[in-house]
Amino acid sequence: MRTWKEFVKGIYKENPVFRLMLGLCPVLAVSSTVNNAIGMFAAATFVLVCSNIVVASIRKFVPAKIRIPIFIIIIATFVTIVEMVMEGFFPALYESLGLFISLIVVNCIILGRSEAFASKNGVFISIIDGLGMGIGFGIAMILIATFREVLGNGTWLGIRLFGENFEPVLLMVLAPGAFLTIGFLIAFINWFENRRSASQ
Amino acid sequence: MDFQSLLIISVGAIFVSNFVLHKFLGLCPYVGVSKQLDSAVGMGMAVVFVMSMASVVTWSIYNYFLAPTESNVLFNVFMKGQGEPPDLTYLRTITFILVIATLVQFVEMVIQKVSPGLYRSLGIYLPLITTNCAVLGVSILNIDANYNFIQSLVNGFMSGIGFTLALVLMAGLREKLEMADVPKAMRGAPIAFIMAGLMSLAFFGFVGLKF
Repeated sequence: MRTWKEFVKGIYKENPVFRLMLGLCPVLAVSSTVNNAIGMFAAATFVLVCSNIVVASIRKFVPAKIRIPIFIIIIATFVTIVEMVMEGFFPALYESLGLFISLIVVNCIILGRSEAFASKNGVFISIIDGLGMGIGFGIAMILIATFREVLGNGTWLGIRLFGENFEPVLLMVLAPGAFLTIGFLIAFINWFENRRSASQ
Repeated sequence: MDFQSLLIISVGAIFVSNFVLHKFLGLCPYVGVSKQLDSAVGMGMAVVFVMSMASVVTWSIYNYFLAPTESNVLFNVFMKGQGEPPDLTYLRTITFILVIATLVQFVEMVIQKVSPGLYRSLGIYLPLITTNCAVLGVSILNIDANYNFIQSLVNGFMSGIGFTLALVLMAGLREKLEMADVPKAMRGAPIAFIMAGLMSLAFFGFVGLKF
């Protein structure tokens, strides 16, 4: 069924972070704790789905030459909405995500999906694609955040996991830990894919 | 002019708080373009130019059109200086990104005229400077840190230099890496990220730098 295929492809086969290598800046920056990762996942998926809806609705009227600035304006509008909602209702999350909420507007995933998919397909299937990509993005972020928070802080979502004597690996919550984690994760996925295609 | 603050901003932007290795801004071209030294240098120069110009233009637009101050141009022209200045700061994201998109279009046209070789080698990555987190990032960071005009310009320029430094270092390392025996699963992006992690660790040594 086409709907299910479009939804699932964003989660593994065409995972925007691990396979398409898009939207890397927020992934590494906000994945220091799982809480931040979930917040960013919600914000980015909201912007992605809403902008996909609008772009798919107006796709027949947009002149090809100026489509990119138009997509950018649409995405920027939704990002401004998310910024204001977050500042009002989730101030703690707004403080810790800071700059990266505004940077959702230059997230390559959102502009990329508008350009590659929503501008060429109907509204319903664009929603499904947006949801799939958003969930894939979220899974990637939460996975990296899990490694970084558990090893670097001894907690997961704020719940203390190890005993009093656990010495956290401070490196993991800092910048180098993020790079190393995503490097090893992509290498693992590549290795897994190589073995799968070798055995087929 | 406060030279000490400018010096602190410069050293901070290039070494202590490097845009790519510490702030995670500008990663997409970092992984994509840094395979060869020449294109890395060209990309870096283009980004420095765009970042400097974007800092200046966005700072001016924010402080003279959006911020609720006495010198707000819209306030003086339409409301004739009476009452409260309007608070249009929520338009920050939209106006900044439109300014950056226009600037990048302009830079693309200039490069196409002046150096077609560079234009061809940068390929798709030149218009992608629009979606480079570093450019929008430095514009917003200038506002959040309440810099004045000169400080914004210096921050934009030096952050671009920091980005170029990280990019050129990575390109040099990756050229050498072509001849190394990398495990199959690690080839390409994974080993680049691990190298970036090690470089980031090295740059953390600058955190204690003080004046």
